[in-house]
Amino acid sequence: MTEIFGVPTQALFGQLLIGLINGSFYALLSLGLAVIFGLLNIINFTHGAQYMMGAFVAYLLGSKLGLGYWWSLLLVPPIVGATGMLIERLMLSKLYKLDHLYGLLLTFGLALIIQGLFRNEFGTSGLPFSMPAELSGGRNLGFMFLPNYRGWVIVASLVICLGTWFVIEKTKLGSYLRAATENPALVQAFGINVPRMITLTYGFGVALAALAGVMAAPIYQVSPQMGADLIIVVFAVVVIGGMGSILGSILTGFGLGIVEGLTKVFYPEASNTVIFVIMAIVLAAKPAGLFGTQK
Amino acid sequence: MPRSQKIALALMAAFFLLAPLVLYPVFLMKAMCFALFACAFNLLIGFGGLLSFGHAMFLGTAGYAAAHAAKVWGFPPEFAILFGTACAALLGLVTGLLAIRRQGIYFAMTTLALAQMIYFYYLQAAFTGGEDGIQAVPRGMLFGFIDLSNVWAMYGTVFVIFMGGFLLVYRTIHSPFGQVLKAIRENEQRALSLGYDVNRYKMLAYMLSATLAGLAGSTKALVFQLASLTDVHWSMSGEVVLMTLLGGLGTVFGPVVGAFIVITMENYLAQLGAWVTISQGVIFVICVLAFRRGVVGEIGNFLKKPL
Amino acid sequence: MKLKRTLLAVAIAAMAGTVNAQISDGVIKIGVMNDMASLYVDIAGPGSVVAARMAVEDFGAAQKGMKVEIISADHQNKPDVGSQIANQWFDVDKVDAIFDVPTSSVALAIAEIAKKKGKAFINSGAASSDLTGKACSPNTIHWTYDTWMLANGTGSAIVKTGGDTWFFITADYAFGHALERDTEAVVLKGGGKVLGKVRHPLNAQDFSSFLLQAQASKAKVIGLANAGGDTINSIKQASEFGITKGGQSLAGMLVFISDIHGLGLEKAQGLIFTETFYWDLNDQTRAWTKRFLAASKGTKYPTMVQAGVYASVLHYLKAVEAGKTDDGTRTIAQMKAMPTDDPLFGKGSIRKDGRKLHPAYLVEVKKPSESKGPYDYYKVRATIPADQAFRPEKDGGCNL
Repeated sequence: MTEIFGVPTQALFGQLLIGLINGSFYALLSLGLAVIFGLLNIINFTHGAQYMMGAFVAYLLGSKLGLGYWWSLLLVPPIVGATGMLIERLMLSKLYKLDHLYGLLLTFGLALIIQGLFRNEFGTSGLPFSMPAELSGGRNLGFMFLPNYRGWVIVASLVICLGTWFVIEKTKLGSYLRAATENPALVQAFGINVPRMITLTYGFGVALAALAGVMAAPIYQVSPQMGADLIIVVFAVVVIGGMGSILGSILTGFGLGIVEGLTKVFYPEASNTVIFVIMAIVLAAKPAGLFGTQK
Repeated sequence: MPRSQKIALALMAAFFLLAPLVLYPVFLMKAMCFALFACAFNLLIGFGGLLSFGHAMFLGTAGYAAAHAAKVWGFPPEFAILFGTACAALLGLVTGLLAIRRQGIYFAMTTLALAQMIYFYYLQAAFTGGEDGIQAVPRGMLFGFIDLSNVWAMYGTVFVIFMGGFLLVYRTIHSPFGQVLKAIRENEQRALSLGYDVNRYKMLAYMLSATLAGLAGSTKALVFQLASLTDVHWSMSGEVVLMTLLGGLGTVFGPVVGAFIVITMENYLAQLGAWVTISQGVIFVICVLAFRRGVVGEIGNFLKKPL
Repeated sequence: MKLKRTLLAVAIAAMAGTVNAQISDGVIKIGVMNDMASLYVDIAGPGSVVAARMAVEDFGAAQKGMKVEIISADHQNKPDVGSQIANQWFDVDKVDAIFDVPTSSVALAIAEIAKKKGKAFINSGAASSDLTGKACSPNTIHWTYDTWMLANGTGSAIVKTGGDTWFFITADYAFGHALERDTEAVVLKGGGKVLGKVRHPLNAQDFSSFLLQAQASKAKVIGLANAGGDTINSIKQASEFGITKGGQSLAGMLVFISDIHGLGLEKAQGLIFTETFYWDLNDQTRAWTKRFLAASKGTKYPTMVQAGVYASVLHYLKAVEAGKTDDGTRTIAQMKAMPTDDPLFGKGSIRKDGRKLHPAYLVEVKKPSESKGPYDYYKVRATIPADQAFRPEKDGGCNL
């Protein structure tokens, strides 16, 4: 059997693929952060809590209304997105004239509240969530056993990420968005309702987080703290990629997932820290991030 | 020093000298440690405009270093505290070189990520004892003759350290260095064009803040005779932001008041369980939306005096 | 109002006569300290307070003229918060004994304080076997379980039933290392082999790459030397990768019934681990559980930690009654001197190093089709007798 650095190539391919799956979650989450940041200039610390809400709302739809995974996938993002829009209208919109750090602090506080309330209600042991029947099981790819669900996660997140990129970079709506980022006053003058656009954008970013939450529910523990630590890793991903471009955040997300996957083979003890180490290196060499521009 | 601040300083000193007659001394020592921690943090955000979301790494690092030195190497308490503080300063140097290159939100995220990396390191490192932490740290004899296991001796020591640290922060803010720092906070480009080496000033402020946070951390380790993961976790970084925000960003006495309130809540809401984090979150939201000057800032504004 | 209450207490104390002669301020004050809001809220939390209250009732404190008060607090899993509450409880609130404390770092800190102040500390929730080893104290009793017992129980019983090749997935910190080391020792002793191990960082979210390595090792048993969210994620993803269907079995080192409830039987089925209490063991445990559910007005069935709080409070009160004092050091000594007997753990004893001895049960999680009602989750595969379940006294390094 051929080996690379003492690891069989087959196992290596398996790990690469798995890395790609983790990368899907990083990409979805950092994409949401990037979209929000682009227009609102706010780092959404509530993102992890909103990811968690996605999984919980999916659970509730299933247990209270008997709606399955596919309905959840369809309904949860708009539901959680709507709560996000409410937050934007009632709170965040009051902060746009202030230092951006206040937005970070507000969303941090909101994250504490949301996570605390869910803990009160559901405890911390987590909730059962079953795999959709259509996607259970898996197939043998020769070099590894790939559960169908994992394959679905990769495909779905790729489609969503590229779709988002296409809308923002290639459509008229996207051009308004980008213009509003540059100069909101001017865009307003052209008769476009900028505040409404901002609200919808925040809602969309939150919906992406919730979508990631639904996709995570069948394979990760569904508990109130599921997003709390993850969000810090995603922050590091965002710092590495730089917030400059949508495509950048997608690529960094997938790329770092793969790097993390490989670390799990060669030096598993460091797999939690590897992203932070990369962040340190990138900061030393290219302070604006891989795809960012220094502002 | 303006008269209003002199009075406030005297009041604060008198409070911490007399309060142990009524309040529980261990509680007050904890409050003083966190007050110093928050003052160190405030130096950076309140006067340098840099929001660090990873300050727990300095508190925790110093705590572990001091506890290890006192317990395993048998350092006397004054050297254990110095050693812990020095370790925090060194960490400040290393992380500062990386983080200071970014501003605003990026700086916050970078410090958060660096602190998380440090947290994972301590979790895995053998000398920290993982979840168990370093326990039963001896307080020892200060300068060879003051027995710190006596609660009043310990209280006096913490009081002196706290007041010393507080006055140092005060001095720094009102020195020419502090003025330049404020100028950078207000308008970095302008400070740059006036010929100030902006990054060097920021770096110095960052390191000073790290060092003082370390002083608080080492002292805390001796007070509680333990060092644990709690002090390195990101929620601790969040807590110090809360203390400073609640007390008043950029005020001299704000962090002390904020720390006192937060610690009191943590202590007396302990019976209520889950509501501690929720109430902290609510305070965050209220402070940001409606109360950005914080308690001390509002009082100062009302009295029209700097506090 | 306050005066009235004091008078009443004095009157009760006077009536009780000699029994209360040595009870400080006439009240036996019990402090239940645990995690009320985060990681351990489901295994301990408010349920432990309910259990303590039931013990006071069942002991018949009121009928015996003893005045027992229970207070509780949340240590938030922070050792400084916990140690400060403990100090304050002992010094200001006149608490006589602290119970539960599920976080190891907090438990070790409180053990120190109790020792210094001559008070009683009866732990139920913490896992660290250091409490009766390196850090043992004449003021500490460790009731329900510890890491050594879990590792030993699960390891030895599985090897005996033919699971002789192992692969470990271990959380990379002191706690995980201890579990792995202790289990490996028993596996080797029983003639088994360890084919490999992988260390994962705490809160690793994704375990697929570790599971693939475990799968490739072809070991019969995959030992999960981790806890909480890490264990749950490992089990969830193992079912996704079809590991148990492929003939390998999963052995959990630290699993509670609340974890199984959170996973659902669909995913958890076949998992093997050790517990010292299960609500459906016998008529007594079933009857008690029914009362527990009524008293806590909830649907969450009791965990072994909550059961431990009940049994330890009961035994503590018996010792106070027999010793006629609530002095911490003397009551702990009295507790060790008396045999224990309660409806949940049966008859047992407490060793000199503070270790409570009782049988342990190796359980296997049922298939969804085998489960007939709420929380009908376990099949008891083996009972490990009390004298074999825990670490021998000489190996603990306790110098009492």
